[in-house]
Amino acid sequence: MMSNQLKLALVITKREVRDQFRDWRIIFPILGLTIFFPFLMNFTTAQVLQFVNRYGATIVGERLVPFSMMIVGFFPISVSLVIALESFVGEKERGSIEPLFNTPLLDWQIYIGKLISSIVPPLFASFVGMLVYCVGLIINGVILPDLHLIIQIIAITIIQAVVMVAGAVVVSTQATSVRAANLLASFIIIPMALLIQGESIVMFWGNYATLWWVVFGLSILAILLLRIGLAHFSREELLGRDIDVLNFRWGWKVFRMNFFGNATNLRNWYQVEVFPYIKEIRFSILIISLLVLVGFLVGKSQMTRFEFPVEQLGVENMQGQLTILNQNWSFGNFSPVFAIFWQNIRVLLLAFILGVITLGIFGVLPLFTSVGIIGYIMGLLSNTGLSVSTYFIGFIIPHGIIEIPAAVIATAAIFQIGVILATPDVQLTIGEVWLKSIANWAKVMLGLVIPMMFLAAMIEVWATPKLALWLLP
Amino acid sequence: MIETQELTKIFDDFTAVNQINLKVHSGQILALLGPNGAGKTTTIRMLSSILKPSSGWAKVAGYDVYTQSSEVRKMVGVLTEHHGLYGRMNADEYLIFFGELYGNSRSHVLNKINPLLEQLGMDQFRKKRLGEYSKGMRQKLALVRALIHEPPVLLLDEPTSAMDPESAMIVRSAIKSLSNKERTIILCTHNLVEAEELCDQIAIIQEGSIILNKSIQEVKNSLVGSPVFAAKFADPIQGKFIDLPDGIQMVNRNGSIIYFKVEKPNIQNPVLIRLLTENYDLLTFEEVPIKLEDAYLGAINQIKKSNNDE
Repeated sequence: MMSNQLKLALVITKREVRDQFRDWRIIFPILGLTIFFPFLMNFTTAQVLQFVNRYGATIVGERLVPFSMMIVGFFPISVSLVIALESFVGEKERGSIEPLFNTPLLDWQIYIGKLISSIVPPLFASFVGMLVYCVGLIINGVILPDLHLIIQIIAITIIQAVVMVAGAVVVSTQATSVRAANLLASFIIIPMALLIQGESIVMFWGNYATLWWVVFGLSILAILLLRIGLAHFSREELLGRDIDVLNFRWGWKVFRMNFFGNATNLRNWYQVEVFPYIKEIRFSILIISLLVLVGFLVGKSQMTRFEFPVEQLGVENMQGQLTILNQNWSFGNFSPVFAIFWQNIRVLLLAFILGVITLGIFGVLPLFTSVGIIGYIMGLLSNTGLSVSTYFIGFIIPHGIIEIPAAVIATAAIFQIGVILATPDVQLTIGEVWLKSIANWAKVMLGLVIPMMFLAAMIEVWATPKLALWLLP
Repeated sequence: MIETQELTKIFDDFTAVNQINLKVHSGQILALLGPNGAGKTTTIRMLSSILKPSSGWAKVAGYDVYTQSSEVRKMVGVLTEHHGLYGRMNADEYLIFFGELYGNSRSHVLNKINPLLEQLGMDQFRKKRLGEYSKGMRQKLALVRALIHEPPVLLLDEPTSAMDPESAMIVRSAIKSLSNKERTIILCTHNLVEAEELCDQIAIIQEGSIILNKSIQEVKNSLVGSPVFAAKFADPIQGKFIDLPDGIQMVNRNGSIIYFKVEKPNIQNPVLIRLLTENYDLLTFEEVPIKLEDAYLGAINQIKKSNNDE
């Protein structure tokens, strides 16, 4: 049954691939990148090898060979981006999408059919390019990278192609015109360029095991992008969307609707909007809580790896320092309260920005890092034989009991952006989902997190140092 | 069969289709008439399960357009407003592609399309790239595409809009030949002659609402009023015309031809003919065919008038 359904998707793939191979604008760059470019790369590699060997820097040569192979493989798959970007919106502009939508094909069949058609030809070209490059190396008497590394490079090439195409197809289903899709492509090109730079560093560094982590991370991203693309693929939206001007009125309407809901007053807003939303994101809260725990343990485990002179923490003169702090942070002095409050909010805003542009994934990083640092310091303290519980109860718990849950809730609301995006809802466009997530996040921030953070900052300034001083031996 | 009940489509603040009720039985052809932007294409898209209704429901060949969209698409052949062909393919490749999407084998599709292409005069162009086709040829090929899976329901959105008169005539006769007892057809058109020639029933859609849905004859009668008869005399009639009985009215005078509107033709025509024969040298007396165009314009004017009154 499933294979029959996939067969129908492959009918689309077959047509698209055949169409691509009839377009000289696709054929010529692919031919160039498959045949001429590997030769050029071979020549360059041979020259560099000769040059570095002359000065005994053989390691540079050894690292250059697999790096060049990765580049030879990457260039042809960049063509897949162009193909994928116009896969849906291009057909819409040419008016050929509606007959396709009128067929009994299911949404996923159309989507997958087009996705595969954008990946296969450039990937095939990429493999041919790498093969030509390797043959050239053998002819020039250069030693090939070992098989494990070749497999890594092939895996990276495949997963990069899938990520690029999955991202570009999402753009293509949501854009109003090919022009708009090309402009939005920078959201894919820039991260991919950064990724290639990162991979280059890893390859010259020679830490090849890291490449498997890259493959793993990209696989997660590819699955997420596929899921998002399928979740919000709507024939109606694709056909109906014509105008791509910014519509602030519409944007505000969607935001307001999700932020205020049907609330009639502040109390009612908490009852019908804020608390029910907290309940709605309970699984995200649970995941983030677990991440906090993991972050703490990871931080703690790093003390042996990154040694730090404990005396720098000033633990020996802690009492003196706390006494000064208590004098400066006197009760009623709001200046340090605002400073601490603003610092925490700033971190959460950074998490929000990271979350918005990375489907919620990197939004967890600031909290994870902060908790990791706490874990690391706790680890250091226990290593030096100091009482960890005293520091934990004295320095963290009084304000942390409010601050940490607030940060967890805020981060869970950011994490929820990715969750909502990946949840099938063809009634909403990605734009609407984004606005909805932002409104929900704002609701949680204004309704809970900001008041909690302010309260935590007051406790941290006016109560924590006193309690710590009282607890310290 | 197609049936809709209070079918409505709202885009943001704009109501494109407003509570339309239609019933088209198997074997019938319904012309959906209306000016640009009236909601014809939106209705067709809802009936082909591409757009989801905002409220109301529609059933096509027994399937609900909202909950059984895949089944509906199997039952429907749609000729879209934009023919949307792939320029680098030829006709055979294009039709085989769509045939395969409907689960048909290549040989089955070829057997199916041969007579259709021949009927539409496309046989000799089947190996030509579609990018080189004229607008009319593209439209004809799109019609073949819509028929490839032998659908019991056909939704044709302006099938002859881009064609020269000869091609339009060929397509019209093809549509006529497609009509059978099992097939239901909805034809969206601006062309009233086409609607009159092909359809049994017309529905006029204006600003998203169906303002009229009747058989062609009923439309003509209800909107143009009493039938008009033309009397031709041997010589032009000069001076005052004879007094006419109640219910008969002279509506136009053009040399030797005079037009009469007769409220009850069955009763009053013999009286009128006797009067004319007794007083003048009458050559012929015949009914003037009412054009659907007049009926359509009449309906639109009535709506405008009632809107102004409000």
